[in-house]
Amino acid sequence: MIKAIVGMSTCGISAGAQQVYDKLDELHKNNPESFELCRTGCISMCYREPLVEVRNNGDRIIYGDVTPELADEIFAKHIVGGTVLDEHVACSILPDGTFVGAEKAFHGPQKRIVLRNCGTIDPESLEEYEASGGYVALRKALLEMNSGEIIQEVKNSGLRGRGGAGFPTGLKWSFAAGYKSDIKYIVCNADEGDPGAFMDRSVLEGDPHSVLEGMIIAGKAIGSSFGYIYCRAEYPMAIRRLNIAIDDAREKGYLGKNILGSSFDFDVKIKQGAGAFVCGEETALFQSIEGHRGMPRIRPPFPAEKGLWQKPTNNNNVETYANVPWIIVNGAAAYSAYGTEKSRGTKVFALAGKVLHGGLAEVPMGTTINDLVFKVGGGIKNGKKFKAVQMGGPSGGCIPSELGNTPVDFESIPATGAIMGSGGMVVMDETTCMVEIARFFLNFTQDESCGKCTFCRVGTLRMLEILTRITHGEGEPEDLDKLLELGKHIKDASLCGLGQTAPNPVLTTIRYYRDEYLAHIIDKKCPAGSCSALVDFFINPDKCTGCTICAKNCPVDAIAGEAKKVHVINNEICAKCGKCVTVCNFDAVYKK
Amino acid sequence: MAILANEIDIDLVDRIIDRSGSDPEALIGILQDIQTEWHYLPLPALSHIADRLGIPYNRVWAVVTFYEAFTLEPLGKYHIQICTGTACHVRGVAEIVRALEDELMIETGHTTPDGEFSLECAHCLGACSMGPVIAVGDEFFGHLTRSKALEIIEELRKRSGVDLK
Ligand SMILES: Cc1cc2nc3c(=O)[nH]c(=O)nc-3n(C[C@H](O)[C@H](O)[C@H](O)COP(=O)(O)O)c2cc1C
Ligand code: FES
Repeated sequence: MIKAIVGMSTCGISAGAQQVYDKLDELHKNNPESFELCRTGCISMCYREPLVEVRNNGDRIIYGDVTPELADEIFAKHIVGGTVLDEHVACSILPDGTFVGAEKAFHGPQKRIVLRNCGTIDPESLEEYEASGGYVALRKALLEMNSGEIIQEVKNSGLRGRGGAGFPTGLKWSFAAGYKSDIKYIVCNADEGDPGAFMDRSVLEGDPHSVLEGMIIAGKAIGSSFGYIYCRAEYPMAIRRLNIAIDDAREKGYLGKNILGSSFDFDVKIKQGAGAFVCGEETALFQSIEGHRGMPRIRPPFPAEKGLWQKPTNNNNVETYANVPWIIVNGAAAYSAYGTEKSRGTKVFALAGKVLHGGLAEVPMGTTINDLVFKVGGGIKNGKKFKAVQMGGPSGGCIPSELGNTPVDFESIPATGAIMGSGGMVVMDETTCMVEIARFFLNFTQDESCGKCTFCRVGTLRMLEILTRITHGEGEPEDLDKLLELGKHIKDASLCGLGQTAPNPVLTTIRYYRDEYLAHIIDKKCPAGSCSALVDFFINPDKCTGCTICAKNCPVDAIAGEAKKVHVINNEICAKCGKCVTVCNFDAVYKK
Repeated sequence: MAILANEIDIDLVDRIIDRSGSDPEALIGILQDIQTEWHYLPLPALSHIADRLGIPYNRVWAVVTFYEAFTLEPLGKYHIQICTGTACHVRGVAEIVRALEDELMIETGHTTPDGEFSLECAHCLGACSMGPVIAVGDEFFGHLTRSKALEIIEELRKRSGVDLK
């Protein structure tokens, strides 16, 4: 039977997928014979959400920007009438997996290993996961392989941790396997705190069983029978779908005692975060699972020796675990065929910011930034110029467009001063001020510093104060040296990764955009036209309708003009509060 | 309309604790469930939890004050989280913040006097490709503009049956 499949991930729903689903549901109730209504996770093309796939045996056609009205039309013309609505098709997927149609460029450079099921299967159906090869790896690992063989396979694949640091996964497992203990733990880090990152959420919402399967295999490898998934509370849908997956897996005997008759036991529990970024750091995360403040501690001892409740623990990121079943089934060699010599396999990136096609992209390691921004991402919105891409969140840095040919892998990205991080890529255009972005990140780390060590707690505050002054036009010539010196000390002396990497956004922006800093400090100008205190406000006479709303809202009466006539801002009086920009309904106020 | 501190239903607190088990490990989960129920953490509940889990009150206090999600002041019926993460930031979320603050006549971090709305900034809601994004409880809204944000408020007011001014 023809299936209509709605992309029901958080991105989809934020764009109105629920209303589309409800419409199709209504049509389905009235015509139960004509099609089957299903849901799936993230289809990756967030920029065309809501997305609806019409699947007829091998034929897969995906419609983009679907409204309830369009859903009606798709039903009448395509599902019932058999005619494809070409102008609304985002892309079609041929039986051999190739993409054709309007959005094929987005898919061109991609290779889906982690996202193999995302946007294809119903994440709330264990049967669909099994039908697409799910739990085959578990069967193989439990019944045909011993612990050493599993670890060797993962080592050979070259898989490195996807949580940011890129530590070799097989090696990490071998450490935890090496410690003798009555209890060991498997932990899955689903805290995904980096702003701009949403890969882990998409995997959990779109294919939760793949993460569970990876965790169970890891459990067998290190000799652990219990796992925790630490998921941030901001992801209610991921938590709900994980709970469904866990219940189903228990019922089917993939979790619990004597799994698949192998005499291996394993079970998992979900723990929710409570809004503390530092809890993504593994030692802080353990504290939080135990019910304490999430304060990091000094390593060593490393978690493999003393982790959760002082027991040997293996912690990996969501995406790391999701890779494992694929590697076990397809073999290490198939995995390591993708990527670069030292960074094997694929990596999921979350494209967002000023890029035209925001969404999820899984590409072989070593794909260049330019390919991601221009081929997959379709370039910059509104015809603006590509300025930089921010990678690695608050621990990362801004990589300038001049370095667009840098391959994304664990060696090349750190060489730019940024870090790979978890895969968030926030694209910035010429209107983004780099000093302001540095201030933004310092504000973040300052907010999230747990306060345990002085360099991070006080040092980042001092940096933030300096950056704030600069963006307000009160910078002093010696500020740059002060920032560099503070940055160095904070990096060297902080206790955990949060502080050690906090200066990165400042250091990379000074390295690549020193002129922009100097323009703020010396000329008291913001070249990007973003820092309110350093720009003037103008009204575009072509757009102004003379509605008077700006003049009425101006707190200092700096705007003059009669009704129905073009208004003018007196920059001598203007307090640069930006209120006029906010209230204008015609986008007529601009800054320069 | 804060519920008076001495009015909270301790039986309900007990039922929440029983559901999670009275192991100190469950502390954060219990606090989350209490907050879901009351939209804040009432002080009498906190001391009761400490007694039931057999842990010092200061440990409960330490946890409550560490995690940003916990609040000791009642949140509004509609708890609006505005994403100020990087992606939403570069897409101009500051305008949305200002528009909502103006419309609700409160600053972020506060609740309207009628207890209907509270406004809060979140670091990243994980729907970055849809930025600017806000969440109202578990409901997400993407690609926001100033007028779309105001429409959402209007819609919520209608849902509440509160008269439009
Ligand atoms: C401040 C800070 C925040 C972190 N946040 C996360 C996170 O959200 N998700 C994650 O997987 N790792 C995060 N990490 C890295 C973890 O400490 C750890 O290295 C990782 O989970 C290991 O998994 P992997 O080997 O699979 O990458 C963070 C580290 C630091 C210092
Ligand atoms: S930056 Fe706003 S949702 Fe991630």
